[in-house]
Amino acid sequence: MHIPLSELIQHFINGLTLGSIYALIALGYTMVYGILKFINFAHGDILTMGTYVGLMTYTGLIGTSTNPTWILLSFVVAMLVAMLASAILGVIIERVAYRPLRKAPRLAPLISAIGVSIILMNLAALIFGTKSRNFPYPFDNSTINWGAVTITPHEILILAVSLALMIVLKLFVDFSRMGKAMRATSLDQEVASLMGINVNFIISLTFFIGSALAAVAGVLVAMSYKVYPTMGGLAGLKAFIAAVVGGIGNISGAMIGGLLLGVLETFGVVVLGIPEGYKDTIAFGMLILVLLVKPSGIMGKSTREKV
Amino acid sequence: MIDFLSLLVIYIGIYAILSMSLNLIVGYTGLLSLCHAAFLAVGAYTTAILMVNYHMSFWWSILLAGIVAGLFGLLIGLPTLRLSGDYLAIATLGFGQIVQNVIINWDSLTRGPMGIPNVPMPTLFGLTINPFVKWEFLILVGFFVALTFLVFRHLTRSRLGRALEAIREDEIAAATMGISTFKYKSVAFALGSFFAGIAGSLWAAYNQSVFPGTFDFNLSVLILCMVVLGGLGTHWGSVLGAVIIVLASELPRLVGITDIISPQFKQILFGLILVVMMIFRPSGLLTRRKPDFGRYARLSPAGTNAGGTGAGAGTVQP
Repeated sequence: MHIPLSELIQHFINGLTLGSIYALIALGYTMVYGILKFINFAHGDILTMGTYVGLMTYTGLIGTSTNPTWILLSFVVAMLVAMLASAILGVIIERVAYRPLRKAPRLAPLISAIGVSIILMNLAALIFGTKSRNFPYPFDNSTINWGAVTITPHEILILAVSLALMIVLKLFVDFSRMGKAMRATSLDQEVASLMGINVNFIISLTFFIGSALAAVAGVLVAMSYKVYPTMGGLAGLKAFIAAVVGGIGNISGAMIGGLLLGVLETFGVVVLGIPEGYKDTIAFGMLILVLLVKPSGIMGKSTREKV
Repeated sequence: MIDFLSLLVIYIGIYAILSMSLNLIVGYTGLLSLCHAAFLAVGAYTTAILMVNYHMSFWWSILLAGIVAGLFGLLIGLPTLRLSGDYLAIATLGFGQIVQNVIINWDSLTRGPMGIPNVPMPTLFGLTINPFVKWEFLILVGFFVALTFLVFRHLTRSRLGRALEAIREDEIAAATMGISTFKYKSVAFALGSFFAGIAGSLWAAYNQSVFPGTFDFNLSVLILCMVVLGGLGTHWGSVLGAVIIVLASELPRLVGITDIISPQFKQILFGLILVVMMIFRPSGLLTRRKPDFGRYARLSPAGTNAGGTGAGAGTVQP
């Protein structure tokens, strides 16, 4: 089977766009796992809630206006409001449902997170209805041709925003004081608190950042996939896989894992000729493969258990 | 109403088999598995395909359903059981998704999203066990619940059970004591999935149909919730967990307020119950009996200190 180069580039761009969405969501999982060693199953549903808030703000601000500058401006405002709302939601959830369980047996917070996920998903359905809603483009989304390769402004927006956010986050964690405190907390909570780090604050901050990033991913993806109460479910699960593949607890790993998953999913369907229906099998098969070869993920450091 | 109650009891029975079998894997062996619904699906589909396409009797199909599900358990277990802790959980999560994905897409065998309708009723000595006549089916399910309970209770009190608990408490120490941890973990996985397959067979026979959408990740999680809520590592706890979760999810219908509240609100209530229960009872309702070291307990310094306040000290521990 021969596929022209331009088509390959096209699929690569599509894969990267999908992958950067996965990466944004994966960051939330990986940051929480890095610090609390627990899988925040409600992360995908926080994304849903954030997206709904964004959609409401957006449509509310626009009203009947057709002024393109105003539409673009309200999109930016809506995005910020969505980020803030979902960040606050994430912090509240941690405070109410996870913090009391920090010393509980390992499975207890997991079940609690599942409970929160069920609550959020159905709350979204109850408040906003089960029908999927359109998230209109804030700009003219006609394709830009570039030789045989086409790209939409929406794809450019996704790539630009996620890349920028990832770089900012990486810089924040690696070079700021707060980021250093975060890394210390993930290494050892007790020692970190002895060094004068407010561990509870750092954990709240982690949830704040992770949930805000999820809202960005939600709003970005909603424009082409609509908004509905269960939108966070499968996206969350796949992003989680991306986090594991990249090495859970590792921020660069989540980015690489997300991009890799997106590209592989696109290429698996088009280039390897795997039927569209088996797209999810690619993701989960890749997960199991990576776990068998290198359980700690691509960027993860393997630890030896000492007795 | 009496029909609705017996329906609840039948579901509680099927879920009790599931939670007891998952308890062997999660509670006794300490392996977090997130793909129990996949084994249930394999069992249900085995029964449905064998009974519909090959006109096999229910009794052979339930046995084969167990065996096929058990083999699937080994299939996932052999490569992944070398993983530790959370990584194993994630691998099983992936496996569960793959099974559901394959069932949806393998049209020639499973009819894909349409599911398999018209699964025949089970017969016994020429008598038909009709799922619509609830008490007949109740006896059938009750029989298998009792069988599962007795088998698991016997197994966990044997050498196998002690080996599994040793692995849960400390895998390295267990291996040092000469327990082949990989062998015992595989056995636990295969046994657990065998009984999940049995439950799947009952599921198919009771609903007289199977649909791929039923066996999703959420169902695996629901079964896990039963095990954790009831208390890890206790058979009665798993049964209790199944009773509570089924009742909690049907509570509005039980007290007759379904007309007033929406299905979403019902789910929210269910989620709240999970969160609240975990906050107030993080290690489950029934807690495991502490291992009894008999007269050797006196030899350890902790034992002498505890002395008369032994009971008090025991309750403080999680």
